[in-house]
Amino acid sequence: MSVLANKHWPPYAAGAGIGVLSWFAFWSADHPLGVSSVMVRLVAMVENAVAADHVSATPYLVKLRPFFDWEFALVVGLMLGAWASARLGRSGGGEPVTGGRAWEALIGGFLLLFGARLAGGCTSGHGISGSLQLAVSGWVFFICIFISGMATAFLVKRGER
Amino acid sequence: MFDTVPRILLGLLTGFLFGFLLQKGRVSDRRVIVGQFLLRDFTVMKVMLTAIVVGGAGVYAMHAAGLTKLFVKPAQMAAVPVGGLIFGVGMVLLGYCPGTAAAAAGEGKRDAWLGLAGMVVAAAVFAEMAAGFSKSIMTWANLGPVTLPDVTGVPAWVWLSGLAVAALFLFRWLERKEAKQ
Repeated sequence: MSVLANKHWPPYAAGAGIGVLSWFAFWSADHPLGVSSVMVRLVAMVENAVAADHVSATPYLVKLRPFFDWEFALVVGLMLGAWASARLGRSGGGEPVTGGRAWEALIGGFLLLFGARLAGGCTSGHGISGSLQLAVSGWVFFICIFISGMATAFLVKRGER
Repeated sequence: MFDTVPRILLGLLTGFLFGFLLQKGRVSDRRVIVGQFLLRDFTVMKVMLTAIVVGGAGVYAMHAAGLTKLFVKPAQMAAVPVGGLIFGVGMVLLGYCPGTAAAAAGEGKRDAWLGLAGMVVAAAVFAEMAAGFSKSIMTWANLGPVTLPDVTGVPAWVWLSGLAVAALFLFRWLERKEAKQ
């Protein structure tokens, strides 16, 4: 159990584990690892409860379906797994969030998911699952997030730490 | 409204392992992710490239053995780069991507919960605009679900071997550089 209680694992071990987990997901669920479409599914479920007519009139919400599926369960499990790992490794929880950081996180989250949906996937769906299948879309996405991410980081994050 | 119970349990188990690995790999730490984009900390690159090389070898082997299909997303050469560029800005501002934000939220990091709130708002806004995008930018320069072997004629095993060798050289160089620091 001591390995599970280690605060962190070498990045290569974690990466290899995610690679093997991809084999398992392709084989067992006929589905690559992916996260960002679940946010749409959550919106579809909420809107379906309050305005079902609107959901049925919006093709994108119909396509991604207000449905608690494998991928939705994946994200719930992901949160539990990270919690368990942090507890076993005695990692500290969050720092307090100041006003500026709160806005930064909200706006960052908005751009992140808007971009992911426009591109058709996120770091999991395109970056890992797409790239490992040698998909052109996955590699183009991977390169583009590094271009704009580095530009943004050097412009606004250089002074941090 | 719900998938079958076995599939939900399978999703929960797969997700649990995914979140566990992300947290143990330190990529649910905002400083690690921002540090990657500042080229100060290469943890994200190490985790992702290892996952791609290991995952790719197994998935292509399973595909050759008839054990799985491939699920290649269309190479929309306008929507994917534009979406990716927007995504990169958001990833640095928030300090997480969607998966690592969910992991960090699970750990109890409050900024990650705010990031998830921003994501849900974006999902709702995007859903209203999706019909327009699907008739415009998503159709521009759409090459369809193509892979690097498809467009280059170079077989997948050559790509995967080349990628593995490149990753090993990059990792060796990074480890030597980090050992000196």
